Parts: sequence; structure tokens; C-alpha cells
Amino acid sequence: MKVAYWPGCVSRGFTPELHGSMAAVAPKLDIELVELDRANCCGAGVIAEHNQELVDTLNARTFAMAQSVEGAAGMMNICSTCQGAQSECQERLDADGDYREQINATLAPEQLSYEREGEWWNKNLLWLLVEEIGLDNLRERVVRPLEGLRIAPFYGCYIVRPTRRLGFADHPERHSYLDMLIEALGAESVDYAGARKCCGFPVITMARTTSLRQAGRHLADAIDAGADCLVTPCPLCHLNLDMQQPDAEKFVERDDLGIPVLHLPQMVGLALGLEPKELGMNKHVVSTKDVQRKLSAAAAA
Amino acid sequence: MADYTLKIRRFNPESGDAAYWQDFGIDLPPERSVLDGILQAKDREDASIGIRCSCRAAICGSCGVRINGKSRLACNTRIGEAAAEAAASNGGAVVVEPMGNMPVLKDLIVDMDAVHWKKVQRVVPWLLPEGPPPDREYLVPAEAMIDVTQSMACIHCGVCVSACLSLEVDPDFIGPAALAKAYRFVGDPRDGATEERLADLAEDPHGIYDCTHCFACIEVCPKDVAPMSQIMRLRRRATDDFEIKDRNNGYGHEQAFTTLIEKYGTLHEAQLLPRSFGDGSLLKSQISPHGLKNLIPAAPTAIRGLVSGKVSPRKALTHPKLPDQNQVRRIFKQIESKDERLELNLYIVGEAGEGEPEEQVGKEGVE
Repeated sequence: MKVAYWPGCVSRGFTPELHGSMAAVAPKLDIELVELDRANCCGAGVIAEHNQELVDTLNARTFAMAQSVEGAAGMMNICSTCQGAQSECQERLDADGDYREQINATLAPEQLSYEREGEWWNKNLLWLLVEEIGLDNLRERVVRPLEGLRIAPFYGCYIVRPTRRLGFADHPERHSYLDMLIEALGAESVDYAGARKCCGFPVITMARTTSLRQAGRHLADAIDAGADCLVTPCPLCHLNLDMQQPDAEKFVERDDLGIPVLHLPQMVGLALGLEPKELGMNKHVVSTKDVQRKLSAAAAA
Repeated sequence: MADYTLKIRRFNPESGDAAYWQDFGIDLPPERSVLDGILQAKDREDASIGIRCSCRAAICGSCGVRINGKSRLACNTRIGEAAAEAAASNGGAVVVEPMGNMPVLKDLIVDMDAVHWKKVQRVVPWLLPEGPPPDREYLVPAEAMIDVTQSMACIHCGVCVSACLSLEVDPDFIGPAALAKAYRFVGDPRDGATEERLADLAEDPHGIYDCTHCFACIEVCPKDVAPMSQIMRLRRRATDDFEIKDRNNGYGHEQAFTTLIEKYGTLHEAQLLPRSFGDGSLLKSQISPHGLKNLIPAAPTAIRGLVSGKVSPRKALTHPKLPDQNQVRRIFKQIESKDERLELNLYIVGEAGEGEPEEQVGKEGVE
């Protein structure tokens, strides 16, 4: 399947292992990625806070570029925040033809235009895996079942709320895709309080205590529920949960944090037989060695 | 056999006993509400079940509870649908608990005074008109009030307060309902204290910049008030209309982010943090006492980024521009030079709207 691929900013910035692991996994899934290397930041909620017309225009520009990729089934992103921020703009662009026309007029000098097409979609890798590739298809490709691993799903707010905007009426199981995927790859999905809560990243510069208490609490809950690691489709969540984890510990009065946080394509890649290093698993702040050890032990047994 | 089972969390502080769960069999058709179910249990089995309710029609906002973990009005939730949700997760019983983030007084009744109403009082929820009072009423053109109608739809049920993920970790956060109420007056053209209100909410460490943008309040609000969207409007007015350079770096964060996208097209993350601490300026963050005070605790994170190999020194210092960055700049320039910000509020225009633009597009004026 060919998709117009929007990697986002963070996957090429502070979490390069996400972009790299996606590139490594794509051929294993027969996904052809046509990277939108001229597209701009989705705004991550911040440009929307600043000026709504501006963020709608910037994302319409990205959508227009994606729509012009010949033969693409749709557009794919690998970031919950991109998904939510772009879905918000798409909702407004689709709702009102006059508004859409006005936004497109701003894009006209470059011959770009976003067209409302019933079939056109922009899906996070998580949605794409379940809805376009299918879990049965995925199961057949698994060469290293993640048996014995207990994985705590961490969805990221933007991909689970608001449900009305995110198409949950047509796809109610979007609520549980990450759990379903973990199980499909042979691991055990851990039930804990934080799966759909906020990682705190959006306020790390403005309300550090709130932010790191959130991150710390969810990490602690996952550890208390017996998880070996977390997995997230959102690199911004990854920044707060992994990169900030040593600091988050202090904000929840724990001294036993230290749980690895995997990116979604890393988890899929492991099950499809890729080596941890190819997936950039050596580039985490919290070491992923225990996860690798557990997998090797399961394979040996 | 009963049609449904309600699993109700019981708690009576006067008894001295811990909270416990109690199951009640309910005979009702699926289209009836969870509130009807609670009242049937109260009527047939145990009159001591504590629940606040009045209108039974999602108007009074009294019966906020958590059903299967989700905050909502009991009268506005069909028992059949709640049972279907429960069947998927826990085997059938509809779980009913008191709302979150507020102390429980008894069973399903929480102390709204201690949290919700106290926070609403905090935002001065009345009009502060400017100048001497007119001879008659304060007149205002109807269209000037359209922008605040969404925040006026609040029925003070507390469901968003219950669901708020910032309140969960910071009980001092002013919270979604009270901040939506604050916008109702900030957006009112008759109010004379707009800037003071915004400065107050921006400078408060538990104010508009303590909202983590998680959409929980938008998801649960039974009246589509979208409290988080009102908080974002407050931020927009504070930063762009009044340039309130708050000590929480809210202004700096927005300026830094938008400046970097205008400059590069994608986010230059290494500069976001320092610029945020310097009201958007990289230099200011490194020479001002405020900037340094914020930068120092963030330093270990930067070092961890370098050590783990996520961030190369080159990436920390440089960032490539998009190949067509002049397009992005043109878009920024064109839109930001407009006299009025254009805002399409689907609450006001409706989601299926394809009609006259003048009436459909809710415009937000610039001060």
C-alpha cells in the first residue's frame, strides 16, 4: 500500500529513532512511504491557540500535498498529536464549503488546494494497522511473537478525544486499538489507570509540576500493574515519559521508576523480526535492555 | 431476572465504614436512563442511596456521576447503552460512582461547594462594566454576544471538573468550568476589566497555562461548552491581543512556537524551551533572571538527550528550513496581517453548514 507519509517534527527531531524505526518497518508491512518532505508542522495545538485560520491553512497545505501524491491510498502520520491537530482542522475544512474556499484561496499561488473527498483519509499508523492492513494480516507476518512481554499501552490524548471528531462513531474500537495490537503481536496488554490519560507534555514549560506529576503517576501505575514497558503512538508523550522520566520520579515521590517506553513502530518491528538496534532502541533515555533480554529469553525457551 | 445490574459505590462518612460496592437489579427498558435505574433501586431496595437530581432532562445539571468510569449526567445516559459498554469491559454490571476531583459527601453526592463553586467564585463571575452606569440597561448588539453563547450554555453540572486531568494532579488548578465561565465575561463587549481578568488568569500558576490540553472536558460536557476551547481563547486573547508576558511562560511558549514555525516550517525543538523562557527570544532567556531560573532545571533533560544519542550537538544548534519555506512565511504574513482573526466555531455554525458565509462564520474581533 502506498501512502503519503507525514512524519511530523518530533520524529525527525528529538525522537529520531521513531522516524528510523518507521522506515525500517514499512517494507515489512508492504507500505510504500512517500514522504511529505515539504509539508509544515501541524501546529500541535499551539498554532491553533494562536490563530485558527493560520493553522487551518497550514494543515490544508499539507493535506493538499498529500492528495496530490499519485496512487496513494491516503495520508499516514506517526504522531497522536499530529492526528488530533490535523483532524481538528480537517473537521472545520470539511464542515463549511465557503470557509474551505477561503482557506484554499490563500494556497492558490502555489496551485495547492484541499478537496473534501469522502474517501480521503489521514490516519495514524495505529489506525492504519488495524483498519487498512488488518490484525489478521499482521499476525501472519509475525516472526518473533512478543510472548512473555507485558506491555502497557499509552495512547496520547489527541488520538482518543474528542471521540466525535475522531470518527469513533464509525470505528468504536479505536478506543482499544493499541490493546488489540499488543495482543495480536503475542504480548500481554496491561490494564492500568493511565492508558488514555495525559502525559503532561503540553505544559512542561508552563506548569512543570503538573506536567511531571502526570508523567510520573502513569509510569508508576504501569510499574505497579506489572508492566515491562510502555508503548505509545505519540512522540510527544515519549518525550515526557522517557526523556523526562528521571525528573518525573521526584514529582511523585518514587525512587523505582525506570520503565522503558517504546514507540509504536519499534514494537511492531520487534515482532516482525527486526533487531533492536535497527529500530533505534539504543537511543532511549531509559534503557530498553530488559525488554530485549526478556524477548531473547522467550525465544530461547 | 432483572434487565440490568447497577453496581453503585456506597459511602456514608457518618457510619465510619469504608466505601463499598453494592449491586442492584433493575427492571427497565433500554431507553430509560441510568438515573431512572438509580431511583428504582432507591424506591424498591434501599431508600438511603444518596443521589442529587431534579429535572431528569439534562437541564438542571444535578445528577453528574461517573458511569463505567466516564463522567456524565445519569439522566442523559441510556441504561441499555451503559450496559452494552459494561458488557464489553467488565461482564455486564453498569458501574456508577460519584464524580472525581471532589470530596464525596455520601454515596453519589459530591461536595460541589468545596471545589466547583469555589473555583467559579475565583474568576469573578459577574460583569464589571466600565464608566458610569447608563440611564437604562446596558445595550449590546446581539451579534457581539454570539461568541460567548457557547460558554453561556454551561449548566454547572461539574462533569468536566470530574474528568479534568490537570485537576487530578493539581487540585489548585482553576479548572475547566470556572475558566469557561471566565471567558463568558472576557468575551463580553460590556465588560471593562478584560485585560485585568486575563492578566490575573495568565499570571496564576494554576490558571490558563495549567491546562494540559487533554480534551477530557470537551469529551464529557453534556452541553458542548468545550471548556478547553474557551481556555485556548483566553490564551489567544492574553497573548495576541494584550501581549501579557506572564511568569508561567505561556506567552513565551506561544511566541517561541509560532516564531520557529514561521522561520523554519517545522519545529526546531532545541530552541523551543529556551525561547519559551525568554518571552519568545533566545537571547532574553539566557540573560534574564527569569529565563535562567527556568533554564537551569531543564538542563539535565538536555544533557540526557545528548547522552542517549537522541540529539546530536549539530541538531541542537541548527535546523533545516523547509525547501518551500517561503510559502509558509507568505501564509503567516498574509493571515497575520488581517485586521480580524477568522474563527469558524462549529458550535455556532453547525457541522453540516454549507451556506451563507457571513452568517455562518463566527468572527472574533481583535481589540
